[in-house]
Amino acid sequence: MSKQLEIKNLSVTVETTEILKDLSLTLPRGEVHAIMGPNGTGKSTLAKALAGHPDYEITSGEVLLDGENILEMEVDERARAGLFMAFQYPSEIPGVSIANFLRAAKQARLAEGEDLDATGFYKTLYEKMDMLHIDRKFTSRAINEGFSGGEKKRNEILQMAMLEPKYAIMDETDSGLDIDALRIVSEGVNKLRGPECGILLITHYQRILEYIVPDHVHVMWNGRIVKSGGKDLAIELENKGYDWIKEEFAEPAAKA
Amino acid sequence: MKTANGLADQEIFDAHLASQSASGAPEWWLDLKRESWRRFRKLPMPMRKDENWRFASLGGVKLDGYELGDSSPPEIADKEVLKRSENVRQRAGRLVFSNDRLMDSEAISEEWAKKGVIWLPLEQAVREHEDLLRKHFMAQPIKLGSEKFSELHGALCSAGSFLYVPKGVEVDLPLVAFHWTDRNNAALFPHTLLIADDMAKVTLVDFFSAHDRSSRNFICGVNDLYAGPGARVTYISAQDWGRDSLAFHLNSTQAFKDAFITSLNVNVGGRQARNESHSQVLGEGAHTQMQSLTVATGKQEFDQRTLQTHFKGRSVSDLLYKNALLDDARTIFSGLIKVEEDAQQTDAYQTNRNLLLSPTAESNSLPGLEILANDVKCSHGATSGQIDDEQLHYMRARGIPEPVAKQLLVFGFFEDILGKLENEEIAENLRTLIRSQF
Repeated sequence: MSKQLEIKNLSVTVETTEILKDLSLTLPRGEVHAIMGPNGTGKSTLAKALAGHPDYEITSGEVLLDGENILEMEVDERARAGLFMAFQYPSEIPGVSIANFLRAAKQARLAEGEDLDATGFYKTLYEKMDMLHIDRKFTSRAINEGFSGGEKKRNEILQMAMLEPKYAIMDETDSGLDIDALRIVSEGVNKLRGPECGILLITHYQRILEYIVPDHVHVMWNGRIVKSGGKDLAIELENKGYDWIKEEFAEPAAKA
Repeated sequence: MKTANGLADQEIFDAHLASQSASGAPEWWLDLKRESWRRFRKLPMPMRKDENWRFASLGGVKLDGYELGDSSPPEIADKEVLKRSENVRQRAGRLVFSNDRLMDSEAISEEWAKKGVIWLPLEQAVREHEDLLRKHFMAQPIKLGSEKFSELHGALCSAGSFLYVPKGVEVDLPLVAFHWTDRNNAALFPHTLLIADDMAKVTLVDFFSAHDRSSRNFICGVNDLYAGPGARVTYISAQDWGRDSLAFHLNSTQAFKDAFITSLNVNVGGRQARNESHSQVLGEGAHTQMQSLTVATGKQEFDQRTLQTHFKGRSVSDLLYKNALLDDARTIFSGLIKVEEDAQQTDAYQTNRNLLLSPTAESNSLPGLEILANDVKCSHGATSGQIDDEQLHYMRARGIPEPVAKQLLVFGFFEDILGKLENEEIAENLRTLIRSQF
């Protein structure tokens, strides 16, 4: 069995509009791949479709997580299979504390009848919080309620650290972060980097890639991956902007 | 004794009066009861056209088929009842009633007794503290529709707790009262009278419960809270009456200068349960919080009528009523904020939130404002909605199965109130009660 997240010929429609068109991409475990591209090109759609958001209809293709098609799975099953999505706009959930939320998520990963070791849970939680410079008082705070943009994103990374996914999709985690928050978030992600985790980093800006250096960079345009390369591709994009991509890969009809 | 017309029968009242008299109740108290009975008999039953009864099911509001709770001894042994009344271990005193009979009176701890705190069963307080009782007992009629039942309470009540905290005394552990019933068709009239003098501080908790979940009872309880200048009063009630019961809980609250009152009602019981609450802000700088959490299941109807009156300014009243509705349950919330002319710089808020967990549940909201002052901040709002899909998706995206995620969201709905309770043991009790409804 291959340890990789394999997206094969994926097409996704949102309210009758096709956003992803026959997109294919392979993310091996242990690697960090960045997806870059102009706004409105389908980057976030890819993330949401993979996580199983009900508004995103998959019309064709498959997504194999270590060989298993996750498109057959419910949202929570995908997560338990090892897929993690760091949301661009994480939900605020009044009345549910971070600790209770994460306990429920951890408990859901245990076999039936098995109980979570509470002491061990809190020990790990505090370690990860310290790593991400999150005040321990946050454990009893309601998830994301009244959090700043930076706090919300750090909370996403905290959840990722606690749930130890095989593959993490980070949907514009850098958006809305100031430089300090970006550094903390990036440090956190770098610590989670390793042979057991593949990371798909979706971003509009090259900035975060200075902190989280990708193994591969893919450029997305009009619902497809149109160009792939090494980390230098990100720098090229930063220097040249996205216009040349748009010109080079314009709609076939326009080209003809 | 069961009679043809139930609680409205003269022989019911005569028997009650005789038993009160036999147990040494003073004449002034019996007179109060006679007057209440006379007024009760004169007042009409609620009628469809009454604005205060809009949306309520009147078909089930009947007085027949009930007998007085204390007319025969309880069936469940004292020891068992007391065991079930152990859920608040950290307490300053406890009273336990079953079918309106006193089962246990745990005197207030020496420490506070010495400072003049009075904590007694109502009947004993009537004999020993005439002045306080005459001044405060049902002295604030609330007039939100249940006047007739309030008079019936005045006429027939004997069980209940009396708490007086003198000037400057702070009781840092809660006083706890339990009202149980183990008999079908018993009518109960639990009373709570809390008087906190200037700068006093105290917490009182009432638990209302039927041993048998399917029990049919008539309950008309009254709780009156009085917070003198600078006093801080917390009142919490948990209502878990049998599911075939008709229950009224009528509350009046008086907050004097700089007083701070929090009252929280948690409701899960009854077939039809009506809460009326009138919060009066009588002094400048006073602050009242009126909170309610309800889980409505089956065909239950919860009917909530509230009034926040500001007589003096620079004061705050903040109402938050939250209902979670399942199955075919119904809730009615009708609230009014009244700001009198002199009450400038008043902040008054009223919020009713309904979480609809079933397509056949029904919530009704009637918020209202009546403002005579010109420099005030007032708001009222009512929302009814279902579980938020995005929140649910977010939780599921972390691997939490849908039913668990929904449950966390529903419990979370109540946490903005429960999470702020100072007393964690009481909060945990209330959480348990709420969770057991799902």
